[in-house]
Amino acid sequence: MATLDSSINPRSEDFQAREAAMRLEVEHLQELTERIQQGGGNKARERHESRGKLFVRDRIDHLLDEGSPFLELSGLAAHELYDTEVPAAGVVTGIGRVSGVECVIVANDATVKGGTYFPITVKKHLRAQEIARKHRLPCLYLVDSGGAFLPRQDEVFPDRDHFGRIFYNQATMSAEGIPQIAVVMGSCTAGGAYVPAMADESIIVREQGTIFLGGPPLVKAATGETISAEDLGGADVHTRVSGVADHYADNDAHALMLARRCVARLNWQKRGSLTMAEPRAPKYAAEELYGIVGTDLRKPFEVREVIARIVDGSDFDEFKRYYGDTLVTGFAHIHGHPVGIVANNGVLFSESALKGAHFIELCAQRGIPLVFLQNITGFMVGSKYEHEGIAKHGAKLVTAVACARVPKFTVLIGGSFGAGNYGMCGRAYDPNLLFMWPNARISVMGGEQAAGVLAQVKREQMERAGEQWSAEDEEAFKQPTREQYEHQGHPYYASARLWDDGVIDPAQTRDVLGLSLAAAMNAENEPTRFGVFRM
Amino acid sequence: MSATSRFDTLLVANRGEIACRVMRTARRMGLRTIAVYSDADADARHVREADEAIRLGPAPARESYLDISKVIEAARRSGAGAIHPGYGFLSENGEFVQACEEAGIVFVGPPASAIAAMGDKSAAKARMMDAGVPLVPGYHGQDQNDDLLRREAGAIGYPVLLKASAGGGGKGMRVVESDGQFQAALDGCRRESRAAFGDDRMLIEKYLTQPRHVEVQVFCDRHGNGVYLFERDCSVQRRHQKVLEEAPAPGMTEALRQQMGEAAVRAAREIGYVGAGTVEFLLDAPQGQSQEPQRFYFMEMNTRLQVEHPVTEMITGEDLVEWQLRVAMGEPLPKDQAALVIDGHSFEARLYAEDADNDFLPATGQLTRFALDLQGAALDEREVRLDSGVDSGDSVSMHYDPMLAKLIVHGPDRAAALATLNRALAALDIQGVVTNRGFLQRLASHPAFKAAELDTRFIERHESSLFARRETSAQDLASAALIALYQLAGERESQSPWDRHDGFRLNGPRRIRIALSDPTEANDLAPASLAIVEGRHGIDDDAWQLSVTGANREPHQFTACLTDLSGDAVAITLDGHRRRLLARRDGNVIVLTSGSGAVQGEDGTLKQETSGETRLLWRRIDAIDASARESEATLTAPMHGTVVALLVEPGHPVQRGDALMVMEAMKMEHTLNAPDDGSVDGFHFVPGDSVGQGDVLLDFSASE
Repeated sequence: MATLDSSINPRSEDFQAREAAMRLEVEHLQELTERIQQGGGNKARERHESRGKLFVRDRIDHLLDEGSPFLELSGLAAHELYDTEVPAAGVVTGIGRVSGVECVIVANDATVKGGTYFPITVKKHLRAQEIARKHRLPCLYLVDSGGAFLPRQDEVFPDRDHFGRIFYNQATMSAEGIPQIAVVMGSCTAGGAYVPAMADESIIVREQGTIFLGGPPLVKAATGETISAEDLGGADVHTRVSGVADHYADNDAHALMLARRCVARLNWQKRGSLTMAEPRAPKYAAEELYGIVGTDLRKPFEVREVIARIVDGSDFDEFKRYYGDTLVTGFAHIHGHPVGIVANNGVLFSESALKGAHFIELCAQRGIPLVFLQNITGFMVGSKYEHEGIAKHGAKLVTAVACARVPKFTVLIGGSFGAGNYGMCGRAYDPNLLFMWPNARISVMGGEQAAGVLAQVKREQMERAGEQWSAEDEEAFKQPTREQYEHQGHPYYASARLWDDGVIDPAQTRDVLGLSLAAAMNAENEPTRFGVFRM
Repeated sequence: MSATSRFDTLLVANRGEIACRVMRTARRMGLRTIAVYSDADADARHVREADEAIRLGPAPARESYLDISKVIEAARRSGAGAIHPGYGFLSENGEFVQACEEAGIVFVGPPASAIAAMGDKSAAKARMMDAGVPLVPGYHGQDQNDDLLRREAGAIGYPVLLKASAGGGGKGMRVVESDGQFQAALDGCRRESRAAFGDDRMLIEKYLTQPRHVEVQVFCDRHGNGVYLFERDCSVQRRHQKVLEEAPAPGMTEALRQQMGEAAVRAAREIGYVGAGTVEFLLDAPQGQSQEPQRFYFMEMNTRLQVEHPVTEMITGEDLVEWQLRVAMGEPLPKDQAALVIDGHSFEARLYAEDADNDFLPATGQLTRFALDLQGAALDEREVRLDSGVDSGDSVSMHYDPMLAKLIVHGPDRAAALATLNRALAALDIQGVVTNRGFLQRLASHPAFKAAELDTRFIERHESSLFARRETSAQDLASAALIALYQLAGERESQSPWDRHDGFRLNGPRRIRIALSDPTEANDLAPASLAIVEGRHGIDDDAWQLSVTGANREPHQFTACLTDLSGDAVAITLDGHRRRLLARRDGNVIVLTSGSGAVQGEDGTLKQETSGETRLLWRRIDAIDASARESEATLTAPMHGTVVALLVEPGHPVQRGDALMVMEAMKMEHTLNAPDDGSVDGFHFVPGDSVGQGDVLLDFSASE
């Protein structure tokens, strides 16, 4: 094993300036996270508590094994997305350990708009299910939701990846042997009734949980029958009369204990296999990433300094060290799991793309999970490169990334622009999980380049029309584009829309990847079949 | 009887601490020591320490330690020339003494005639009256007719004390407050007495309301010498069981000491006593500024070595077992009265395997650790003595008396000795079995005990402060939670990062909630004592931030860190205040032990600053009994024991609190009461059956 040596100087002005800037970003991220975790406003919280219900995060605490990590997903979903605040999109999702089994948890937050489903709520719920399917993780639904957010029914109900997909997923995951367990801790009305009804096993809380296709007002209107919610579809009805629910719980805490018991009885076994090593901490402190990376994308950094703070023992065996050196590839361990690391260290050339494709083939052949550390402005442009066929070399990398059937994890640690995003396993390439650092930016190209391209087109139009364009006017034309790209390329903008699975503190990257890798071990190893590599 | 009867092999017909203690002296005197054991004790400490050991029989005492022929046979087999009976078991059994004499074995104790004279308490009192020893009014007649006894009790005037003529040690003994309670008490006493002594004759005495229990140690030899080795105050008793003893008795005047001492020697001489004996007196504690002389009344004489004899040894510097053995060998007493002097003050605390917070239910189990950390507590080994019948690793069974050991201390005066007692109690490291140590600490640090305001109802009188549900301090909760956090970190079963129990949370500090509650409260979902300690630990932090919240509690925040010291000792620093304590886990109960410090608050009330022993149930997520409510309809056995009596007919209506059945464990009776108005559907056992802890004893239906 080769151990990476760090050559940073934490006393240098540059390091300290980068560190200060990144710390500020991280602190902002932590403050935002804490604020979002408060859920709905105080009034909603008081009302929730007065009914003897636990808050959604307390429910998750009661459900998880003591001290279990909780890898929350899409925590910034819906952030500044609608004209009203919908913290975490009104549903908390994540991976946690329950009775020794890693599970995906999908828990409605009734303090946020009554737990109703906004379009992004649906997307977040479906993404959690997708993660469960991909990692083969049992699903626990803590249901407390008023169903679809009716004013936006057109964005929630009709399409393929809308509300109905939730139940499609439940059915098909159940068919794949992925357990589906629902805990009814509030209302499950209309379509929502299918969450417990479609579950393999369901639990309902006395005088809290209700399940019905039509609530008392609808019943009254339709048939004239007057009935209370509890008598219509409460715990007693469903555990004694209808059989829609299986277990009767006295309160939230009891229900969550019963859910733990369900998981304990799953006879669960992880199916993945990796040759594990003894986990070792890196030789260097994770917080040093702040000063190494900073927040100014124009200032490059040595990606091996990053790798040295993520992998076990800072041990990294490089592959093709001296070939195509703007892409760093090599083998390491993260929390004991063998991984292949693909990391940008400059713009992609044909050689870097070929090297990346070769390395991914190796990992796929050996069943080694891949970790992409993405900081890429794109592929090199210019006649020399076009003529040597950088497009087909880039295509080989993209083919390899797309077809590799080993677990893939992507972290955007800097820029993510253009086709570089594809070659480095961007969202479209179905990585198991994708996270962004707060300094990262994602767009089709950089704001400056986009403004330049648009200005160039404009100038040509104006020149054809025989018009003059002053430097001031051009600058004024470019500014909105720059601002638009900066705004839309920001990680919070991306995360609010679920282009990623979360923005993470760089210092937690190693733990996030370790937890992700371990969760991925629940799924079976799959053989890879690559497509045609254009030669 | 020959003047000398030398022997070189001593059989100790007992178990536990006293067997160990007797053998210690015997070995020092060059004697070969023989232990006896039942099947339950095959690997007990007294067996391990003896030169040889002989099996007597199965665990029940009747078939082992109380079986005279088996003990005599063991002495024959081992060639023992003498038998020391210890206390309890056969120590005051005239038949046994007879059997020893017939077998030509020296009995280390008084002649059978003396035992007989004192063994029948009624007859003893009559003889004492003749000898001019003052007596408490009472009925000691042979006529045991129920109605007669009841009339006599009325004539003496309630409250009266009902006790077994043949009894001792608190068994078969009850205070009766009124005529209405008399019959039930009489039945219970007779049952206990029959079980313990095979004899159910009762005597009745006037129950003095504020008496002190002061007893005099006497010694007589076969040459007509008799001395007293001063007095012991054993007033602190619970249900007539001594808990804390001390010597000399506080407030004793030289004149009274001499009077009582001489009366005690007179009593012994009256019955031709030989060996170690104790004459128990009730000393009327004068109230207020009364100038009345203190009066004392003869209660009974114990014709054996007492449990609490070490306090006398500590203040006289004499080894009473050595005296016993020398007297048994026919030697004269080692010292005469003039040579005996009192040096300083001594206390003894009896350590029982019982749960003081749960009605003193006897506890069983394996003592994973039993040690006294003298060095850690900076105690002088000459001032602290632990007479123990157990060691780390030993089991405590249901078959015998639950006393584990005695902690004895000495000091130049009462205050110094008491301070040492408190330190030593805190330095006991006991694991695996619940003990009364915390209760002893509360007693020994109680201001009224410090002020020597003693009488036999001390515990009853101070019940509110001794048993008050103590508010566990936020500091104790934080300390227990911190220990739980460290335990969690060590519970890794695999190398998976999911198994680190580190409370990882994205974009925030690590976060773990520890739920704690009072272990005596039902372990269901929402006990009143529930407290939540949330620990947060950021990536840059070197300490945990703990926030303590819970029912009826002001939220508290602490910056907390833990340092491992040797063994179970840890140092916990809360907001810069470092405390050394012993921490361990008893299943899911976290036990913290530190020095006890009851302090007088500004308003004069008693305030428990540091609480000595703190027990907190760590409500592990899967250990909470969510089904507790489902088992309401059954009554389960609180401990291992034997069913003694079924008191109601199945189907017959009963009221809440009515006695339903009686079981016996550790020789004490426990009554199961109706949890509600209703009726018993059926019993699962019949009298004589033995039951295990948690067994369902009966089905109960509450009336709607």
